[in-house]
Amino acid sequence: MKQGIYTIVEHTPLTRDVYRMVLSGDTSAMTMPGQFMEISLPGFFLRRPISICDYDEKTVTIIYKVVGQGTDAMARMKKGETLDALTGLGHGFDVEKSGDEPLLVGGGVGVPPLYNLAKTLLAAGRKPTVILGFNKADEIFYAREFEALGARVIVTTVDGSVGVKGFVTNALPERFSYVYSCGPMPMLRALYRATQGSGGQFSLEERMGCGFGACMGCSVMTKEGGRRVCKDGPVFDKEVLEWQI
Amino acid sequence: MADLKVTLSGLELDNPIIPASGTFGYGYEFAELYDINVLGSFSFKGTTLEPRFGNPTPRIAETPSGMINAVGMQNPGIDRVITEELPRLKRCFHKKVIANIGGFSVDEYAECCAHIDKEDQVGLIEVNVSCPNVHNGCMSFGTDPLGISAVTKAVKAVTSKPVYVKLSPNVTDIVPLAAAAAEAGADGISLINTLLGMRIDLRTKKPVIANKMGGFSGSAILPVALRMVYQVYEAVKLPIIGMGGVSTARDVVEMMLAGATAVEVGAANLVDPWACPKIIADLPGVMAQYGITSLKDIIGGAH
Ligand SMILES: Cc1cc2nc3c(=O)[nH]c(=O)nc-3n(C[C@H](O)[C@H](O)[C@H](O)COP(=O)(O)OP(=O)(O)OC[C@H]3O[C@@H](n4cnc5c(N)ncnc54)[C@H](O)[C@@H]3O)c2cc1C
Ligand SMILES: Cc1cc2nc3c(=O)[nH]c(=O)nc-3n(C[C@H](O)[C@H](O)[C@H](O)COP(=O)(O)O)c2cc1C
Ligand code: FES
Repeated sequence: MKQGIYTIVEHTPLTRDVYRMVLSGDTSAMTMPGQFMEISLPGFFLRRPISICDYDEKTVTIIYKVVGQGTDAMARMKKGETLDALTGLGHGFDVEKSGDEPLLVGGGVGVPPLYNLAKTLLAAGRKPTVILGFNKADEIFYAREFEALGARVIVTTVDGSVGVKGFVTNALPERFSYVYSCGPMPMLRALYRATQGSGGQFSLEERMGCGFGACMGCSVMTKEGGRRVCKDGPVFDKEVLEWQI
Repeated sequence: MADLKVTLSGLELDNPIIPASGTFGYGYEFAELYDINVLGSFSFKGTTLEPRFGNPTPRIAETPSGMINAVGMQNPGIDRVITEELPRLKRCFHKKVIANIGGFSVDEYAECCAHIDKEDQVGLIEVNVSCPNVHNGCMSFGTDPLGISAVTKAVKAVTSKPVYVKLSPNVTDIVPLAAAAAEAGADGISLINTLLGMRIDLRTKKPVIANKMGGFSGSAILPVALRMVYQVYEAVKLPIIGMGGVSTARDVVEMMLAGATAVEVGAANLVDPWACPKIIADLPGVMAQYGITSLKDIIGGAH
């Protein structure tokens, strides 16, 4: 984990309430797809956990949705302003487990961390299929960016305005070697039911006090006992989680 | 040279800074970030006789200048702390640690403290009679002088280590509780634990925290903590570990002037993991600015 000051070099709306922010600063603590950063916002006590969408030697990209006061304040920030953040947080996706044709499933703001995962898998010669689930047409973001990487992309919308009508589970391909997912709990639960028998890793979300394992604020019960979403996760093998189904 | 040394019931500390229980785990998350031997000591995660998973999530909410937690004393139980956590800690921390002990009955507190009594690494026991996050739990002890007295006597009977009783601020008058601990033989008083608080999510229109209520801490509670430390210092002739909302070297000086011999730092560690070493590094400068040469000299100076 590292603490650093990051400068906003790009800040663009992707939809009505989803923004992409590119930050320049020290990215050396970032080691695997699926990790997150904890952003400190002026006037707010706790930091905000946001997934890393992509990173290189000098910049890190995040995508966030305005849901409350903190993200609203973030959306008002301008290019050139700086943010204090902790980086290199969390245990991300294990790309070694993917097999040849992994399936990546993202719902809403669960989509961002799958981007660097898809990129990493493609670089390793895998053929990922990416299912991106949204409610309706004007909420869709990043479908083209995933296609540009070279991934096969399926979009689902609940109202059927674009792509497959319904939920991500309505669009599952017949064959896939492994499943990676990030999204809201109801989606993960449905996906768990639909993919029993194949291996996979899911990224969880929980309210956090620290983000680096110190406070036990983010615990989740697993078959191996209580685990911290921030330090032992956010990515867990789906079979290890306790599913009330 | 600024003298930062203080002594808690015979336990000599290089400086008064002690990360507070529940915000520092068993130390190693922070040992990865800095040499935790710069600390005066630290108070480990509230530990009970049996392992506990704690409360359902969400356990955390934000407040203006603070936070609410309802962790519910998640811990691996005293035996695993002794066999696993302490040996692991020994490799990165060469000073005495403060054992923070929670419980649900007088016997349980006593048994837990009897287990830890043999551990050389433990310099002091901080008995938490005040956790607001456990149903039917220790807060009933913490708000009743008879309960505090019973727990203190039972613990004192099984250990030769200094016993500090950690008090709850969720009472009308803190003084009778501190007095009860003192009369029952406590070696010192730790205060304050968190204030009972709540947040409501406007989206769901329900409490943010699954347990509905939780413990409120962070910068926002500093004035309440200062007031209570001041009152207890006035009423009871025992050393005090003061805490609640401390996040800067100035806050530390203020807390000591109110009557604290040492100062715990809690929620600040969660938002700035380097908060404690920064405070320690800043202390000499702040002391110089206010004409203080030795921290020992200012304890209770505001009275
Ligand atoms: C590991 C992880 C990765 C995440 N990645 C992303 C991402 O890439 N893009 C994105 O848009 N969102 C992401 N989130 C959710 C994001 O953290 C919240 O939407 C954000 O904290 C809300 O802040 P706020 O101040 O706008 O909301 P408020 O409701 O005003 O915030 C109040 C408090 O609650 C916390 N909080 C509120 N909602 C959530 C939530 N859903 N999860 C965790 N904490 C919450 C806030 O951090 C803050 O401490 C992620 C969450 C986690 C745990
Ligand atoms: C996440 C969290 C967990 C805590 N757990 C414990 C605990 O297990 N035992 C205990 O005695 N106090 C616990 N506390 C209380 C702190 O030790 C301290 O008394 C309180 O937070 C006030 O200090 P602060 O304002 O600096 O945080 C906890 C506090 C927080 C924020
Ligand atoms: S948020 Fe503090 S341990 Fe996970």
